[in-house]
Amino acid sequence: MSQIKAVNDFVVKFANVNGSGSASANEMFARSILRMGVPVASRNIFPSNIQGLPTWYEVRVSGKGWLGRRGGVDLMVAMNPQTWDKDIASIDPGGYLFYDSSRPVPMSRMREDINIIRMPLTEICNKVYSDPRQRQLFKNIIYVGALAQLLGIDMEVLKQLVGEQYKGKDKLIAPNHQALQMGHDYARDNLSSLCGLTVEKADAVKDRIFVNGNDAAGLGCVYGGATVAAWYPITPSTSVAEAFARHCKTYRVDPETRKNKFAIVQAEDEISAIGAVIGAGWNGARAFTATSGPGISLMQEFLGLAYFAEIPAVIIDVQRGGPSTGMPTRTQQADLLVCAYASHGDTKHILMLPQDPRETFEFCAISFDLAERLQTPVFVLEDLDIGMNEWLCEPFTWDDKHTYDRGKIMTAEELEAGKTFGRYLDVDGDAIAYRTLPGTHPTKGAYFTRGTSRDRYAKYSEEGAVYQDNMQRLLRKLETAKTLVPKPVIKMAREKARYGVIYFGSTAPAMDEAMASLEAQGQHLDMMRLRAFPFNDEVVDFINSHDQVFLVEQNRDAQMRMLLVNECSLDPARIISILHFDGTPITARFIISAIAERMHLKSKEAAE
Amino acid sequence: MTYITKPKLRHPGIPVNKLGFTHRDYEGTVSTLCAGCGHDSISFAIIQACFELNIEPHRVAKLSGIGCSSKTPDYMLGQSHGFNSVHGRMPSVLTGANLANKDLLYMGISGDGDSASIGLGQFVHCVRRGVNMVYITENNGVYGLTKGQFSATADKGSKSKAGGSNMDSPLDLVSMALLIGATFVGRSFSGDKAQLVPLIMAAMSHKGPAFIDVVSPCVAFNNHAGSTKAYDFVREHNEAVNRLDFMVDREPITVDYAPGTSEEVELHDGSKLRLAKLHADYDPHDRIKAMTYLQSHAAAGELVTGLIYMDPAASDMHANLNTVDKPLNRMMEAELCPGSAGLKSFNDAHR
Ligand SMILES: Cc1ncc(C[n+]2csc(CCOP(=O)(O)OP(=O)(O)O)c2C)c(N)n1
Ligand code: SF4
Ligand SMILES: [Mg+2]
Repeated sequence: MSQIKAVNDFVVKFANVNGSGSASANEMFARSILRMGVPVASRNIFPSNIQGLPTWYEVRVSGKGWLGRRGGVDLMVAMNPQTWDKDIASIDPGGYLFYDSSRPVPMSRMREDINIIRMPLTEICNKVYSDPRQRQLFKNIIYVGALAQLLGIDMEVLKQLVGEQYKGKDKLIAPNHQALQMGHDYARDNLSSLCGLTVEKADAVKDRIFVNGNDAAGLGCVYGGATVAAWYPITPSTSVAEAFARHCKTYRVDPETRKNKFAIVQAEDEISAIGAVIGAGWNGARAFTATSGPGISLMQEFLGLAYFAEIPAVIIDVQRGGPSTGMPTRTQQADLLVCAYASHGDTKHILMLPQDPRETFEFCAISFDLAERLQTPVFVLEDLDIGMNEWLCEPFTWDDKHTYDRGKIMTAEELEAGKTFGRYLDVDGDAIAYRTLPGTHPTKGAYFTRGTSRDRYAKYSEEGAVYQDNMQRLLRKLETAKTLVPKPVIKMAREKARYGVIYFGSTAPAMDEAMASLEAQGQHLDMMRLRAFPFNDEVVDFINSHDQVFLVEQNRDAQMRMLLVNECSLDPARIISILHFDGTPITARFIISAIAERMHLKSKEAAE
Repeated sequence: MTYITKPKLRHPGIPVNKLGFTHRDYEGTVSTLCAGCGHDSISFAIIQACFELNIEPHRVAKLSGIGCSSKTPDYMLGQSHGFNSVHGRMPSVLTGANLANKDLLYMGISGDGDSASIGLGQFVHCVRRGVNMVYITENNGVYGLTKGQFSATADKGSKSKAGGSNMDSPLDLVSMALLIGATFVGRSFSGDKAQLVPLIMAAMSHKGPAFIDVVSPCVAFNNHAGSTKAYDFVREHNEAVNRLDFMVDREPITVDYAPGTSEEVELHDGSKLRLAKLHADYDPHDRIKAMTYLQSHAAAGELVTGLIYMDPAASDMHANLNTVDKPLNRMMEAELCPGSAGLKSFNDAHR
């Protein structure tokens, strides 16, 4: 029987039942490897359910630092009988199956080309614990202890993590330590040398942090100066609002008065949430909402108002599998069009496309500057993969010299000095007009905000020329936006390349790995990571300087391709779609084979 | 920041309030509503109330949804910022605006379609949340702007101009406001200036969610025999529970009321409200009794008007959220951004 042998480079997948307490044990397993200085990428694959349905946790161990999903499984920890057959089938040949052997499994449901590691977990637990809840919870800890022994994970590191996790509930520390040790000792005495996968201490993690995108988004909103948040719970965005509340408690309570420098409203629905954000933005507070696809659909009418009446707003959309309720706990990049063109009539909005939690933090913070500078809604498009999984990222940084850009707000002094105020008057040639905030001046600068057509001085008008003048200015404002939104990140291949590859968002880490692998095989491609819509000139230049580009996205309809072709008047034949939309995060293996296949086909076609 | 408004030349006979403003200074653009529309009378009552209360117009924010009624903020308080938002969703916009700056007076103006039909949810939740505001519905039982369809407040059996009759049960916004926690609830009639002006003044001085439903006949689509929101119908069936006399510190507006028992209520800003009782058994401080009173009179076909309920010790959303005194929209990075120092602990906690 072949055995996969690997040091610091393998994939462990846990198959569990939702609500069984496995999540925290599995996360402890991943963190212990990180603490040994070995990079880890972990991903939860969970159902829309609180208890009872299958859930998986995938840990990619990568000494080289590849943080995307690789694809395939080297070690399956199969703890869920419901998904047994599928789980067994997903193991790479020569890989390992670790399972609870308390109940016999017929050989017909095993595979011959994998290595089997049996541990009678239930039996052990039943012997030691009498309380059913304890039996369940400690079972998870015991298998973590056994895996630590099998893989060579430092027990001291694990014990320290237990200590940190139960800080303040010290009673729980000793029993968890015992359970870990019990698992470890069983493996040492019964399972030693069955596993060819090893974790070795390294120094590849450095000062990086392990953080999820929604936590980062909540913090980014604190840093960006948001004072008003209105939201309605929806997976996978709920934890953005929760993180904002938590960070506000840390950073935004006035130390003297104990009063809050923030206001959070859990609205009755997403319509109300975006309404409150627009009201607050109109009145000069930085405000945001966090939602997912169905919420974006409900917000459409209001988003048109904010676009047309030119009101700053930040909308964090943590994308999930659609349409409708679709796959509410799976990831996708399928809200691009509904956000870019949200609402009826002619509208276009700013999209920010962060690649990981660190960029989510940054983009959320600067979105408030952009929204106020451009007086328009700004969408930050996370997805479930970024939002709800812990990612290894560079530590967050902040430039203390950064000041908030409040955009063009005319002050009482300026009004008093006689400066001309026309709410929709383009005085600077950048298509952005001055606004005033309610309550500014007793006799000057008041205006009436409306979603109906009006002239440059905010006076109601349905005259065609007046309406068009305003709509054209809004279009020119988007040109200004192109110069302000984050530029794409371009990485040229070592050798001159005819092909380019375009990608964005959570695809980034799998793409990095895929490109390194293709390069090692002698296939050179230039890379461009999109970071915002509207597209800056660099985006168009990149596409035009290649014969063809591959565009990788996680949706069915190639939405980014539609946006690019449509907005940049590109020849569609230039852009070849690679689409991944099964709801799981895209893998490096998928990208490699998709690109290799197409490049191969191309060269074959050329030969014929 | 204070600015002294430059004195304008004006006719010596025109009344001037303590700020030196005339009625003119509280007016807006010229109304485009139908001649005789009840909504215009309500605009006038709001202007009068602001004038009497010596409110600085620029310290008012007027917000509305969509409808004939929702257009009226444009026709009053030209020096105030206004926001004509989307149909049925003004309450959320007002909520957000209020969160941004607690120091302004927020006036929400809506219609029965806007608040009781499409916007019922937003109306209810905004009041529940305790937003400090004056929320007025200009209730004509129809959708004026879309030409006369029934709204959710149309009485069962009432007939439309087109001849159809309404078979659905009506929704009473006053009862609903009481039920969901409004701390000031009144009802009046657009044609009853003597009752309406002090009611609006009292609502403006109230801290908390104040709601006034004003029956406001639509002369184009709903002022005919058979309509319960018609001028004649309301005049005949009006059952006023009290008369109000609202007094600001110095000059009370005196209205000549029928003598009877009277009661004085002090509001949070020190102003006083005198209730001249028409019904000795009516207690506007008891929410449960107010509800019962309303229902029994409604069953008898009477429309109860006046100050129906008030909690003089009410608080508001900002108190519930424990927000700082300084308006949130005036804060900048020094107060809001934890800077690089704040990130150190965050980074450390995530290793
Ligand atoms: C989403 C949406 N649906 C429908 C309309 C059309 N519409 C405009 S005003 C209105 C009804 C207004 O009725 P009400 O609030 O009672 O105001 P009134 O005109 O009677 O004062 C409707 C249905 C709209 N503006 N928006
Ligand atoms: S249609 Fe009715 S509600 Fe609208 S302006 Fe005319 S009278 Fe007033
Ligand atoms: Mg109406």
